Amino acid sequence: MSPKLPPQPHLQHSSTAVSDGQSQSHAAPPKGILRWLLTTNHKEIGSLYLIFSLTMFFVGGIFALVVRAELFQPGLQLVEPEFFNQMTTMHGLIMVFAAVMPAFTGLANWMIPLQIGAPDMALPRLNNFSFWLLPVAFALLLSTLFMPGGGPNFGWTFYAPLSTNYAPPSTSFFILALHMAGISSILGAINIIATILNMRAPGMRLMDMPLFVWTWLITAFLLIAVMPVLAAVITMMLMDINFGTSFFNAAGGGDPVLFQHLFWTFGHPEVYIMILPAFGIVSAIIPTFARKPLFGYASMVYATAAIAFLSFLVWAHHMFVVGMPLVAELFFMYTTMLIAVPTGVKVFNWVTTLFRGSISFESPMLFALAFVVLFTIGGFSGLMLAIAPADFQYHDTYFVVAHFHYVLVPGAIFAIMAGVYYWLPKWTGNYPNERLAQWHFWFSIIGVNLTFFPMHFAGLAGMPRRIPDYALQFADFNLLSSIGAFFFGASQLLFVLGIILCVRGGKKAPAKAWEGAEDLEWTVPSPAPLHTFETPPVFHRISH
Amino acid sequence: MDSREQNQVGVRRTVIRTMAVLVGMFAFAFALVPLYDVFCQITGINGKVDATAQSIVHEEVDESRYINVQFITRGSPGLPWQMSVEMHQMSVHPGQTAEVDFTFTNNSHKESWGQAVPSVSPSNATRHLRKVSCFCFEEQQLQGNERLTIPLVFQLARDLPADINTITLVYTLYPIERVIQNASLNNTINHGVKNDPKNEAKNNNAAGETI
Repeated sequence: MSPKLPPQPHLQHSSTAVSDGQSQSHAAPPKGILRWLLTTNHKEIGSLYLIFSLTMFFVGGIFALVVRAELFQPGLQLVEPEFFNQMTTMHGLIMVFAAVMPAFTGLANWMIPLQIGAPDMALPRLNNFSFWLLPVAFALLLSTLFMPGGGPNFGWTFYAPLSTNYAPPSTSFFILALHMAGISSILGAINIIATILNMRAPGMRLMDMPLFVWTWLITAFLLIAVMPVLAAVITMMLMDINFGTSFFNAAGGGDPVLFQHLFWTFGHPEVYIMILPAFGIVSAIIPTFARKPLFGYASMVYATAAIAFLSFLVWAHHMFVVGMPLVAELFFMYTTMLIAVPTGVKVFNWVTTLFRGSISFESPMLFALAFVVLFTIGGFSGLMLAIAPADFQYHDTYFVVAHFHYVLVPGAIFAIMAGVYYWLPKWTGNYPNERLAQWHFWFSIIGVNLTFFPMHFAGLAGMPRRIPDYALQFADFNLLSSIGAFFFGASQLLFVLGIILCVRGGKKAPAKAWEGAEDLEWTVPSPAPLHTFETPPVFHRISH
Repeated sequence: MDSREQNQVGVRRTVIRTMAVLVGMFAFAFALVPLYDVFCQITGINGKVDATAQSIVHEEVDESRYINVQFITRGSPGLPWQMSVEMHQMSVHPGQTAEVDFTFTNNSHKESWGQAVPSVSPSNATRHLRKVSCFCFEEQQLQGNERLTIPLVFQLARDLPADINTITLVYTLYPIERVIQNASLNNTINHGVKNDPKNEAKNNNAAGETI
């Protein structure tokens, strides 16, 4: 499925900068596979990230379907419990680190230089390296499934000592894979920060940047702050496993609860890493199709920053049941609830942007609207989980599973799909097939809700997560969830079909593919030539 | 071009600063390990008990309060021992000194080493629990099929918070693999293991295999 690429540069944006060393090397790009291995072009690397992410989305999706197939009926039918555990773990790891995060990085690579009027990312070679780390990392991670003892089976949160003393022998490979994925994210984040801070078009102030750029800038800072913590935690695990240290081993004076504190110091900002860029995409799409400027631009920026700041103060709400003192439970409960305030500001701003807008319902807008509604549902179940005394019942049940799938699937992933449908005309020069996209949307939204909504009830009734079997009373909910999951999974094939058809042809798109679109990326031709903005564009301030 | 050069300088500055943050956060995460221990020792919130004997403080027994003290013992894979306690709970007054017998039984024919690691729940009772004598201060050695009874002597401080009516003491047995037998017996668990990192690794493996 090699995508057809934007044609070679027409030099529409040719400039006096041709003497620059980098531009010369583009005169004869290597052919075939080497072109992709060696590319330093932000658009090509962006496409690589997106294709990788889509592939991994299906790999992780198949793992999820193994889980849902086993849970279709009570009792053990298809897989051994040990393999079930590996499937839940790998599904989580792949979806978080190989599907959602690279998809956002891919969108960032494609769109940030276009949106700020930069010719490329600030560090193009580093960009190439950070991408190519990913296939290596996840090939290694997936290979652990074939190793003696199987792959990681301790959940994507890999709590010690389950992931140290009691882990399969392949755990050291899991750690190495995660290290590589982490380095990739860190390098990507450095690149994005360097690009945004230094390469904006002349006259574009920080507060003139499109919100996708803003949310990514803040996300990149989050990555810089927390990926080293993840690296440190897995390094400690590695030492506990192989070098006899006792960071998390109670027998040696270590503390397993310390693992949870360290993990969630990384883990909670991580969940915002997976949603802030989605906020940015939705903030680009809703004004376009409502044909109104975004309501409350500045408050959107401050709300994003506030969410990022608060994300460092709430980690222990994942650990209400470890036996924290009451004061700590109250502190983390209130800080968690406080996050609802900036998030509420955002939802309010989106709804207000829609108010009295001249709305049309093309596929990007449908996904963006579904995002607003369903993400808010996920936010509300998050508020329920934040209530410390209630969390003692919800903890580790399917209610938690329902909550984070509502914020990640119709949240992050719908936003990514919205972004893909929104920017496909810019990437390929063709509009995606609208009828197919609408079918994809309606099947997806039915599939998502059928899969995840019953999980709320199963969880409230006490069904524990990560268990391959369940009590008979949960049979109906699980039946519905499994049917929904297969329906949702199958309907994603429409997404792939839509992308392939769009790359191969379709209705031609003009430079400004959507009537209400305002940002700089719509000033370059569609498809965007390989090299854009070699001379910085003239930036006209739109009043926000 | 001027602006390009400026960009390059700016990019370099940004990269240096972000790298500094990266290194700082990586180091900070490791620094959290000792900081966490210090924090928990000061506040006593993770149920870790001081691994040294404390002396009895003679204070008036508060006969108006009964505190229910429960004992839970747990074995662990890799150590064929059984640990039992003469009674699973007892009522004591704050200020009163109490004693309870724990029995260790080695179910295998081989000599082995183990240590019981304590934990206290609720954790804010930790600071108000004085252990005068405890098997958990040191490692135990049991010959094949040996049975050993060791008392735990403790006292609850009178300033135990009023909302605490039940305290649970959990002892988890962990294997200690010893090559050099005359290593100091009085080491606390922390020191004992840190002196023997290689053995500890073996223990982990042994524990993993029996699962």
